[in-house]
Amino acid sequence: MNTLLYILLRRLRLPLTVLIGVYAVSVLGFVLIPGLDDQGQPWRMDFFHAFYFVSFMGSTIGFGEIPYPFTSAQRMWTLVCIYATVIAWLYAIGAMLSVLQDKGFSRLLSTRRFAHHVRSIREPFYLICGFGTTGRDVVTGLEQQGIKSVVIDIDPSRIDALELEQYSLPVVGLCADASLPENLDLAGLQNPCCLGVLALTNDDNVNLSVSIASKLLYPKRIVVSRSENDTTTANLYSFGTDLVVDPFKQFAEYLGLAAHNPQKHLIVDWLIYPQHRPIASTYKHQSGRWILCGYGRFGRALAGTMRAEGTEITIVDPHIDSAISEESASVTGIGTEASTLIQAGVEGAVGIIAGTGNDADNLSIIMTARELNPRLQTVVRQNLDSNELIFERLKADFVMNPGRTIASRILAHLRTPLLAEFLDQAMALNEVDARELIQRINRLVGDDQVRTQAFTLGEDTPAVKEWIESGQVLTLRSLLKSPADRTTDLKCLALLVKRGDHYWVEPGELTELHMGDEILFSGRESDLYQQRWLFENARTLNYVVTGAEPHYGVLSYFFKGTPH
Amino acid sequence: MNREKVVFGFFIILALTLNVGFVLGDIDNPAHHEVFELFLALVVSLICTVLKFGDRSHLGALLLATSLVADLQLIAAAVVWAYAEQISTLGMTDGTMASIVSLAAGALVANIISVVLLVVESASIRR
Repeated sequence: MNTLLYILLRRLRLPLTVLIGVYAVSVLGFVLIPGLDDQGQPWRMDFFHAFYFVSFMGSTIGFGEIPYPFTSAQRMWTLVCIYATVIAWLYAIGAMLSVLQDKGFSRLLSTRRFAHHVRSIREPFYLICGFGTTGRDVVTGLEQQGIKSVVIDIDPSRIDALELEQYSLPVVGLCADASLPENLDLAGLQNPCCLGVLALTNDDNVNLSVSIASKLLYPKRIVVSRSENDTTTANLYSFGTDLVVDPFKQFAEYLGLAAHNPQKHLIVDWLIYPQHRPIASTYKHQSGRWILCGYGRFGRALAGTMRAEGTEITIVDPHIDSAISEESASVTGIGTEASTLIQAGVEGAVGIIAGTGNDADNLSIIMTARELNPRLQTVVRQNLDSNELIFERLKADFVMNPGRTIASRILAHLRTPLLAEFLDQAMALNEVDARELIQRINRLVGDDQVRTQAFTLGEDTPAVKEWIESGQVLTLRSLLKSPADRTTDLKCLALLVKRGDHYWVEPGELTELHMGDEILFSGRESDLYQQRWLFENARTLNYVVTGAEPHYGVLSYFFKGTPH
Repeated sequence: MNREKVVFGFFIILALTLNVGFVLGDIDNPAHHEVFELFLALVVSLICTVLKFGDRSHLGALLLATSLVADLQLIAAAVVWAYAEQISTLGMTDGTMASIVSLAAGALVANIISVVLLVVESASIRR
């Protein structure tokens, strides 16, 4: 039997005992109290009639005094019994209702429903622990790719919010502590359809235990974890976590890129983030001094990145101690007042980063700074999703949303793990190469969204496998031709070829391909779709490489003798 | 001393003693079997069943099962009695009495098992 029934029964012990007791005493009373029959002779009710009478009296149906009119003594006992049974019933029903409405009970009920739902999932899904900004964005992103999510969060209001969100695929959520393995188990950790586990809570220890539990049970399953400090990050990598994102560091790197290397920033933006930005949006990078408002965890990470790039910074923060002021120029204050910004030298700076944890402060900083120096490049951090509208109106050069940035990164990793490796390689490009790469992608794609897809030559690409195993040579050029007409090229670009530990960034068209190579392409959605034919259909591949039209059917066999 | 255990033990043993009291005597002699005793045995048996609700252990499940068996047998006995007294034209006969008592005797066996289980459970607790 299940837990719910046990709890219900356990809570109903006393009410039911009282009910049985009251009924027993009532029945006994009617049997013992002497009455008179219709002839006026002494008569005693038997158990059958007593139970009959008490049954309809207790349920307030009331058929009357049967089989003979009652004596006064019997009526007195009836009075007692009426009140006693009604109270006993009210008590029993009240107790049952209170059990059903009990918070713990309803939580158990919803947990059961959740577990049942998760058990019945037969399509691939991701298990997401933590439903904050990042979690929500990841769920939405996965949904757009048609992948289900199961969510665990410890905050009941977030799970309630989940129910209100309009997802086309049902997303189930459980309000529970994700660090407990039994909760993970309920959420489908052992379900063979679970593709991966994403530990995105804001508690490093929880993320750690989620990752460990998943890796112990299923070493091959993807685990992505959020981590806020280097010790945890190292720990997570030590047992094979596939991707660890440090929100502050990652975001600082991204923001740092925006401030000092717009080209590479655009590459990252195009490949990872869904909103497309035209090439014209890369402003000319000006070297000079930046003002950084807010020196918390995020500000520290950002300052580290910018110093490493050799950019001069001035820090504005309400709490400046000697350790900070020794490292770089600093001003005490929030940065929302003109006096503080002037003190920080806003007239001579090239850009300002409003990176405090308070959205109102950030907005105020940008507004004030712009009035003082209209040519300033402005980068602003958005903390809350609900402020979207105001930040759009602000028209800052960059609006950065840490939660969203990380979500996009995770989604990109889940879609094409090779992409992250490409970006690592791309960061090492010099400025000229980076600009050239942007121009190439832009020529192919225009103002459409840039999409990427990756292939591993092997079982998943039957056409290529067959071709190479037959001993023929396959170059990259063949895979970039249109399956409809081999004289035209697909609007695709090979970004990376990976063979073992070797990478070829922007490989040449004559690169020979081997089994096991991983290739990353980028281009327009429609072209990438056509390209898939080359990998899956042997005839199409044959046509594209040799130019021979595919022959099949009985007639061609009859005339030519050999089928293709 | 656990008050809950006292109440629990009290009702289980009371169910057995009342049952024995009803069954004792010649099987077909209505004078030897008191209807009040059957009534009380049934009520106490029902209370026992409710008290055994919600125990997840294996022994708890077994205890509940014995109680349900006793309830079933005693209710059957009561129904037979009501039929003989109220519906049947023959009234209470020796044969009917014998079947009532044998049904109650079945409940007695279930109650004995229940008490044995209770004793086993108590014996296994070492404190």
